[in-house]
Amino acid sequence: MNALEVMRFALRGLTANKMRSALTTLGILIGVAAVILLVAVGEGTSRTIQENIQRLGSNTLTVMQSLSGNGRGGGAGGAGGGAFAAQAPQGTGTGPRTQAKDLSLDDARALADTANAPSVRSVSPVVTAQAQTVTYEGASHTVGQLVGTYPSYFEASNKPVAKGSYFFNDDVLSARKVVVIGHTVAEELFGAVDPVGKQIGVAGVPFTVVGVLKESGSAGFQDADDVAVAPLPAVQQSLTGFGPLGQIIVQAKDAASVDAAQAEITAVLNERHGITGTAAADYRILNQAALQETVATATGTFTVLLGAVAAISLLVGGIGITNIMLVTVTERTREIGIRKAIGAPRGAILGQFLAEATMLSLVGGVLGVLIAVIGASFTIAGFKPVIVPGSIVLALGVSVAIGLFFGSYPANRAAKLRPIEALRHE
Amino acid sequence: MTAVIQDTAPVLDVRAVTKTYGTGDTTVRALRGVSLTVRRGDYVAIMGASGSGKSTLMNILGCLDVPTRGSYLVDGTDIGALDERQLAILRNRKIGFVFQSFNLIPRMSALANVELPLAYGGVGAAVRRRRALAALGQVGLSDRVHHEPNELSGGQQQRVAIARALVTAPSLLLADEPTGNLDTHSTADVLRIMDGLSADGRTIVLITHEVDVAAHAKRVVRLVDGEVVEDRRQAEVDDLPPRHHQDGPRYAGAEPRHFGDEPGYPEGAAR
Repeated sequence: MNALEVMRFALRGLTANKMRSALTTLGILIGVAAVILLVAVGEGTSRTIQENIQRLGSNTLTVMQSLSGNGRGGGAGGAGGGAFAAQAPQGTGTGPRTQAKDLSLDDARALADTANAPSVRSVSPVVTAQAQTVTYEGASHTVGQLVGTYPSYFEASNKPVAKGSYFFNDDVLSARKVVVIGHTVAEELFGAVDPVGKQIGVAGVPFTVVGVLKESGSAGFQDADDVAVAPLPAVQQSLTGFGPLGQIIVQAKDAASVDAAQAEITAVLNERHGITGTAAADYRILNQAALQETVATATGTFTVLLGAVAAISLLVGGIGITNIMLVTVTERTREIGIRKAIGAPRGAILGQFLAEATMLSLVGGVLGVLIAVIGASFTIAGFKPVIVPGSIVLALGVSVAIGLFFGSYPANRAAKLRPIEALRHE
Repeated sequence: MTAVIQDTAPVLDVRAVTKTYGTGDTTVRALRGVSLTVRRGDYVAIMGASGSGKSTLMNILGCLDVPTRGSYLVDGTDIGALDERQLAILRNRKIGFVFQSFNLIPRMSALANVELPLAYGGVGAAVRRRRALAALGQVGLSDRVHHEPNELSGGQQQRVAIARALVTAPSLLLADEPTGNLDTHSTADVLRIMDGLSADGRTIVLITHEVDVAAHAKRVVRLVDGEVVEDRRQAEVDDLPPRHHQDGPRYAGAEPRHFGDEPGYPEGAAR
């Protein structure tokens, strides 16, 4: 009895009951496909979110006002960053604060001083006006975010221009009413018409469009293309008034100096806002890199959770194998008796039934991988699944292990049957 | 007449074997001290009514069951001293079993059924096929080798079963009511094959309750209530069986003396 022979016997046993074998295989198939596919969905989700975060700009720190010692505040108009506001490296103290200072343009200027903050490359003060109505020749659209800022904002927040140009420091100094609009806004207002050079009304105030931002194609939470960016003083004059800044976006010199920049910002602002010792800060700094790490951990947990749920279905499939193999052993007790009577050793019987169980699970596993690979080419719940090669190897390995493990009990039972009793079985 | 070399030890040596089922009030004493010695080349019919213990004896002889007391030797080997693995090898090599209900494995061709004991014995595929075809030829089924059991008549199925029992060239052929489920014509076929095998020197022990069938044997042992009550010899061990017709029809292609001596078992192929 060599291995090939055992396989042949097993195959014959399986094909004798095609429907039953197919259904049992289906259990494993679903389990394996679920594991691979759900892990792929988790991975795809994680990657999409990471990309979204990266799109917010690299090496940037967002300084926001913090209204209380903890929790979120001041960042309501954050350039997308507010959606993930989970980082509060500063101001986690719980004590009440006697005097909270707003973020001011002077704060921004102080941060831009290379003597105080050598790791900082650019500083962009930002005010945000939510839901402003813009009009153009009868067409009207409500812009999700109208941002008033400095030209450095475009680079810091990773918003390149596709058509036209940015506005310049000159425009800021003279508070010119020019605007760079997002892709969505351009489409809503102008359709096929080239918007550059056209005049639009923003809450009644006329602005000239100088450029259109490149489509960022963000998926998920909010449309990153539904924005308009104008010089800071122009927005303050016509829309928000000269109140506090919504946030200050600071770009560090490079990835390595992000942490240094954060320390410098903290030092400068603490001094300017008179925060000493244990007093809670009235601002907080959102660190892009730290945020990314947190999100990675969160989505990792999410993926593990999905995998665990899928693993349960794989387990159920395995129990299905045990069940069907037990039925098979009972049904074929007489056959086992005959085989033993003509001299089949225990190992041969054990091998045959183990091989049957393993074949069931392996075929199910291979088909499951196939289905998962096909399924992963579709977009699921807005995310493109990314198959993790490790999950395929794991799922296949586990399916073989399941065959061996869940098949061993029935196979052992078959091998242990006493020939005389097996032969009497009807 | 015997082609097989005579050993000093008898093929079968049953010594005061008893078998009881159950305990207490429900105890059934199926065998009450049976002793029986069968020499090589003998053709023994064990007769008895239903419940006389003949099937129990048969199962013990076939190493499918163990006696409650007493010992049992096959070719001088004490069965009681063997472990399960050794028993499987012994069943495979020394004993050929023919059942009343044929007991072929369904959905396997006649050829595959006959090859099965050789497969378990570790014989290579080519040798296995040749020997299985020879055995099927010997029982006159050369034209039915690829049929599955449900495509064969009862008589044909029993002949496949005999071929399966013979293919390993066992020391002993055990037949448990081999004609019990067969019509007259098929019974004659099977008995003719048995007679032929006996004439060729094969040792046969056959269980039956039919006098007609027992008349074919060289020796008749009668069992009543688990005890041997009669042991009658109808022909000498070295003679031909009483009903054997030398000139009677023999199946073509039967060369039994050769296929039994073929090599094929690998050394130490006990698995």
